[in-house]
Formats: sequence, C-alpha cells, structure tokens
Amino acid sequence: MSLRLTIVSQIERVAREQRKTLAPLADDLPLLESGLDSLCFAILVARLEDEIGVDPFSAPPEVAFPTTFGEFVKFYENAVAAV
Amino acid sequence: MPSPPSEPIALIDLARRGGRLDRDIATAAGALRFADFSKATCLAGAREKLAGRSVLLFGGDQLTIAAALLELDGVARRLVLCPPDLNPKHLGEIVATAEADAIVHGGEAPPPDLDVALAAPCRPPLRPADLAALPRLPTEWILLTSGTTGVPKLVAHDLATLTGAFAGAPANGVQNWATFYDIRRYGGLQIFLRAVAGAGSLTLTDPGETLDDFIERVIARGVTHISGTPSHWRRVLMSRVVARFKPAYVRLSGEIADAAILGALKELFPSARVAHAYASTEAGLGFEVNDGEAGFPAAYLGERDDGFAMKIEDGSLRIRSPRAARRYLGGNAPTLRDADGFIDTGDMIERRGERCIFAGRRGGVINVGGAKVHPEEIEAVINRQAGVRASLVKARKSPIAGAVVVADVVLESVAPQEEIVRDAIIAACRAELAPYKTPAIIRFVPKLDMNTAGKLARDG
Repeated sequence: MSLRLTIVSQIERVAREQRKTLAPLADDLPLLESGLDSLCFAILVARLEDEIGVDPFSAPPEVAFPTTFGEFVKFYENAVAAV
Repeated sequence: MPSPPSEPIALIDLARRGGRLDRDIATAAGALRFADFSKATCLAGAREKLAGRSVLLFGGDQLTIAAALLELDGVARRLVLCPPDLNPKHLGEIVATAEADAIVHGGEAPPPDLDVALAAPCRPPLRPADLAALPRLPTEWILLTSGTTGVPKLVAHDLATLTGAFAGAPANGVQNWATFYDIRRYGGLQIFLRAVAGAGSLTLTDPGETLDDFIERVIARGVTHISGTPSHWRRVLMSRVVARFKPAYVRLSGEIADAAILGALKELFPSARVAHAYASTEAGLGFEVNDGEAGFPAAYLGERDDGFAMKIEDGSLRIRSPRAARRYLGGNAPTLRDADGFIDTGDMIERRGERCIFAGRRGGVINVGGAKVHPEEIEAVINRQAGVRASLVKARKSPIAGAVVVADVVLESVAPQEEIVRDAIIAACRAELAPYKTPAIIRFVPKLDMNTAGKLARDG
C-alpha cells in the first residue's frame, strides 16, 4: 500500500473510532479543518509510527510543522526517504 | 480594640477594582461586560434563592460558568465547578459529598434524578434586574480532579488560595488574556481570575469553534497574554493564521514543557516572553520558569518568605504553599498534607546538576494533553470485555499530546478474534470514559509482567 493510502486509511479509522466527521482529504485541506482534534492526531501519529516505523513529529524541529493534508503526507514521505 | 471583622472579598469586588468598565469576557457566542453585573443578571431571579447554598455548576458553556461565578461568589456557601467532560453518572456522589442543595445549569434542562432542593438555569446575556443586597459569605470553591476509581476527588479552595499568586500585586499595565483551557479546570480558572482581577479583558474558546477561528478572535480582540498546555500549543503550530498573532506573553502549564515546544514557540513568537508554569489543583500555583529551558532551577527548592516551600522526597516534588487547597471534601477523602504541611504532587523529578527535570508521574498516572488518567480506571473497563483475561494500561510518549494511553491485553484461552475484542474494547471505552482515556493502541500479548509483590509491573 502506498504511504498516502496508509495515512488515509489510518485517518479514517481514527475518525470513525473517535466519532469525528472527516472533511474530504484534498491536498490543500488545512489540518485544523480536517475534523480531527489534537487527540486524534496524537493517536494517528502513534499508529503511523507502529505501521511505518517513523515519527517525523518527534524529530528535531528543523522543518515547519505541516499545516495541510498534502504537507502532512509529504512530511511522512520525507521522513521515510531519510531512513 | 479589635477591629470589626471585615466583609469577605468577593470576585465581583476584584472585577470592579480593575477599572475600565468596558472590559469583558467573550466567547464566540457572546460577551459579559464587568460593568453590567451591578444591575443585571443571567440567573433570572434565582440569585437570592441561591444565597447561602452549596451550588453545583453543571453544563453550559464557559460564558455561563463565568457569569455564575461572578454572580455567586460571596453569595453562595459553596460553588462546585463540574468540568465539561464530567461523567454524569458521578453527579449523585458529587452532590452528596459537596452537600449540594442547588444546581445551576446551562441552557439545557438540569440532569434528572438529582437530590437537590433548587435547580436554576444560568443563561447569558446579562439582563437588567434590581439586585437585592445579600450578606457576604466566604464562598468555598470546589474543583474536581480525577481519582483512581473514576469518581472525581473534590478539592476545596477559596478566593484567597486561588488568587494568592497575583492578588495585591501592582497592576502591570493592561493585560488582555486568552486561554485554550476551560475555566472549570485549575489552569483555566487561574487565567479567568487573573483577567477578572486585572485591568484587561478575557477571550475564551467556544465548543465547536475551530482553532483558526479562535486565533482570529484572539487577534481581533488585541490579546496580549495567552495560556495553554504544551498540547494546545503543539496544535497551534499547525495553524495557518497564527503568524499574524503577536502576543507579549505566552504561557504553558498543565503538562511537561519540553525544550522542543519551548524552542518552537520562541521561534513562532520572537517578541514574546515564553514561560512555563507549574501548578496542580491540590498544590495550587507553584512557580513560573522564564529562562526558556525545560524543567526548573534547583535553586527554586527550599523555603520562601511567604511560607511557600518546595522539596524533593522519594523522587517526587512536595509543595507547601499558601496557595494550596484547604482540603479534600468527603468523609473517606485522603489527607491532603503530610505532618509538615507538604503536599505530595506525585510529579517525579530527576536532578541533573543545577536543573530539576520532570520525569513523569508516580504510579503510572498518565498525563494526556494536561488531563490526568489513572490506568486502573481504563483497565477495569477493558477487563469487563468478553475474552479478556487481564490488561495493563500505560503511557506512550506523544509529540502531539505529551502522552497517549496504550493497553497490553491478555486474552482468555478461548476468546473471540483479536479484531473483534479490539473493537469491543474501543467501543466500551468510548461509551464509558472520556475520549482521551480510550487506548490509542491495543496490543495483544501472551502475558503481563508482575513485580515481586505480585502486582502488575507499572513503569515509574
């Protein structure tokens, strides 16, 4: 499964479990308008670390935090490429 | 000749002292002007009937609670602040322990089956009314904090303990406050009280409002001082509008503030003072750290002139403070202080040279985004599910929320499939517990480690 699909399927799962209504996951969707709250992101980042083995949010803050869904995927793609 | 006893100071007196009567408290839904409280009410004639009672403040938004606190401090005998995520099944026990004989509720109907003499709605906006002069009482403020079994502990403060950190301090210009916290928790209540006692206004969050919308309001209202947990601030880093926000003071509390978040905020707000504060519902405000580093200087340990003292014993931070709670309410409540007047905060400290670093909580207690979680409460829910033999709930470090809850689960020899048990556990936790108590990750393991006493081996 592509990294993007893995991320999408985990996001959908977290949203379902936490009973959040998810906005359509377009690249320019601001993360803060995705429907996920802080707790959802915390769960998502932990599960993605277990599934793909990286947690770019725990890396030294050299790059800015992602603010859109597209940047979020890129954030993980870059982290996987750097391993 | 002894001087006649003076009337207790009430919150509304602090609000009046702040001058500038146009200042207010606002959410997205509306605003309360301090100047209006002398001739208007949100309690629709119930204020007089609530005088002298022990009053539960339940439901409603933050504006409702702010109005009730300003109207009833000094009038009621006791005010019990129910946090927004309080499980209503604990209400009966809270009413009994607090000897509550009245409930002030938000716009909706009061919860059914509560044994109180009086239920009154509190509905902003303020409406003009002739307010009777009522005898002044030294109102007790009751804050709820999580207990091992899920039933909250009731922590008794009063206006003096709650405002001890700043009441009487010289006014330091106009500070326009905002907070990501809910004012029904200690961290948010501190900001509410600072704003009321100060010379500026207060901006509060609204349920359902996006973070960007809140920050837009914060910018529009000229907020200079703002507070939240490290988890709140990590979320702010995802905001696209925050670049236009130029606060003078940024405060973190409620969770361990690590070097990463302190550095990120310093970079985001180059002209702001970034400080982290240590406080707990029981011990009150402890101290503030202004040097931008994680942890606190070891020089903070020891005695202060005002009776404040701090020490490390058995690895945990102990505080004796005039700002500490008076006591826990209830016959079976644990004692708050040791024989020397110190409160054990349960926060474990690691000393590294001249710095004290926070190393988590004792007894496996987990801090998720500023909320305390007792593993036992979650294990009890998991262990009730079909096919589960045992479980161990623990913290996993999170760059977003400080920590998340994870569970190791041992299945019975004959049990449903793992996926079915996992879904059942998550559904049960979501139904019975606050969202942040639902395990983020569930692992199925062959056995759990026991310590030599035969208890589950918990870290920390």
